Amino acid sequence: METLERIITEHPFFAGLDCGFTNLMVSCAANVRFKAGAYILKEGDPANTFYLIREGKVAVEVLAPQHKPIIISTLSMGEILGWSWLLPPFQWKFHARAVDDVRAIGLDGKCLRTKCEENHDLGYEVLKRFAQIMEQRLEATRLQLLDVYAVK
Amino acid sequence: MMIMATAITTDPMLPQPYSVREVAKETPDTFTLRLDPENAVNRSMFQPGEFSMLWLFGVGELPISISGDPSLHDRLVYTVRSVGQATHSLVNRGVGDGVGVRGPFGAGWPLEAARGRDVIVVAGGIGLAPLRPLIYQVLQNRKDYGRLVILYGGRSPRDLLYRKELATWARNRETQVLVTVDYGGLSWRGHVGVVTTLFKYSRLQPTRSVAMVCGPEIMMRFVTRELETQGLSRDDIYLSMERNMKCAVGFCGHCQYGPHFICKDGPVFRYEQIRNLLEKYEL
Ligand SMILES: Cc1cc2nc3c(=O)[nH]c(=O)nc-3n(C[C@H](O)[C@H](O)[C@H](O)COP(=O)(O)OP(=O)(O)OC[C@H]3O[C@@H](n4cnc5c(N)ncnc54)[C@H](O)[C@@H]3O)c2cc1C
Ligand code: FES
Repeated sequence: METLERIITEHPFFAGLDCGFTNLMVSCAANVRFKAGAYILKEGDPANTFYLIREGKVAVEVLAPQHKPIIISTLSMGEILGWSWLLPPFQWKFHARAVDDVRAIGLDGKCLRTKCEENHDLGYEVLKRFAQIMEQRLEATRLQLLDVYAVK
Repeated sequence: MMIMATAITTDPMLPQPYSVREVAKETPDTFTLRLDPENAVNRSMFQPGEFSMLWLFGVGELPISISGDPSLHDRLVYTVRSVGQATHSLVNRGVGDGVGVRGPFGAGWPLEAARGRDVIVVAGGIGLAPLRPLIYQVLQNRKDYGRLVILYGGRSPRDLLYRKELATWARNRETQVLVTVDYGGLSWRGHVGVVTTLFKYSRLQPTRSVAMVCGPEIMMRFVTRELETQGLSRDDIYLSMERNMKCAVGFCGHCQYGPHFICKDGPVFRYEQIRNLLEKYEL
C-alpha cells in the first residue's frame, strides 16, 4: 500500500520541494473519500482544506439563480482541487461535487496557512506552485470563453 | 465507351454524378451523408484527410472532407455542418437526390510517417470528420502503429460527433479515447474543459508519437503549443487547414495561404511549414 508520504513526494505538484517542507505537508495530510454525488466544497463555506485527487472525477460548479448548476470544469486523478484556503477571505467561490466515487488526499490548509506565515520560504514555494495551477486554469477558461466551436 | 469513362474520371474539373444513399443526423446542425456513384465504373478511392468538391445544382460548389472508411470503395461519406446556404442545401438533400463530386483532392494525413509510432489524434468540433478515415485506417492495421490516443473536444454533449463510434473505438486495445466539452449539463459524466486539458490524462510518449490535429484554427494554436510543451517535435505535428476554394487543383489562387495553396499543398500541413502563418491575423 502506498504511504501518504510517498504519494505526496512523488506528486508533480510537490516536485523539488525541500524535504523538510514535504514532511510538513505530510503532517497536514489525510486520506479522504467522497461518494458519487457528494459535495466536497460549497460556495461561501470556510475554505480550510485543499485536495489532491487520487481517483474519480470532481465537477466544479456554479449555481446561478433559477438555473440548474453549471459545470465549469472537471478535475481528475493527479489534479489539485481548491486554492481559496490560501487567500483571504478564505471562502470557497464554487461548489465541487464528486461525479463518481472519489479518493483524495485532503491537506489542512488552515495549518499550512499558519506555517506559510511563519516561514516565508515555504510560503513562497506554495504560492509559486498554486500560481502555476491558476495560470493554467485561467488560460483554459479564456479558451473556453472564446466559444471556438460556435459558427461565427 | 470505356475510354470515355476513363476520360471522365480523370478530368479533375468535371463533377461525377453521385446520389444520396443515406442521411444521418449527428447533432442538431450536423449530418453525415453517404453518396454512391451513379456511374458503376467510378470507384471511390481516397486517402484519409483528402477532400472533395461537392457540386449542388443551382447552389454552387463547396469543399468537404471525406469522413468515411477508405477501405469501402463503393461510396463516399461526408459529415457536414450546416452553417450557410450551400451546407444547408447539402444537408437537406433527400435519399436519391443527385450531387456532383470532384476529387478527391489535396494532401492527406501522413500515414507513412505514423507507421510504427503512437498516433495522437486531436480534434475539435466538426474537425473529427476529416480525422475519422485516419482512425479507421489505424484500427484496421493495428499492428502497424503504436498506441492510438484520441482527444476530442466539443461545445456541449449534444454537439459531439460519432458518439457511439467513440465508445467503440475506446474498446480497442492500445487505444485511449478522451472526450471533453466546454459546457456540460448535470447528466454529462465526462470531462468539462477545453481539449488541451485532456493532455494530462493521455500518458504521451512524445519522442515516439506523431500528432494529427483538426479543429478551429484558434484551438489548433493552443493545441500545438501544448503538444510542444509535452515534448513533441514540430516535425511530428500535422494540422488540417481550411480556406475558401474554387478550382481545388491549384489554378485559381483562391485558397492561397502564405506561399501555399491549401487545395494542393494541403489541407494537411506539417506544423513547421505553417507555424509562422498560424500566428498571423487575416491570412
Ligand atoms: C478543405 C476543406 C474541407 C472542409 N471540410 C468540411 C467538412 O468536412 N464538413 C463541413 O461541414 N465543412 C467543411 N468545410 C467547410 C465548408 O466548406 C464550409 O462550411 C462551406 O463552404 C460554407 O458554405 P456555406 O455557403 O454553407 O456557408 P457561407 O455562407 O459561406 O458561410 C456561412 C457562415 O458560416 C461561417 N463559416 C463558413 N465556413 C465555416 C467553417 N468551416 N466553420 C465555421 N464557420 C464557418 C461563415 O463565416 C459565415 O458566417 C471544409 C472546408 C475546406 C476548405
Ligand atoms: S482552390 Fe484554386 S488554387 Fe486552390
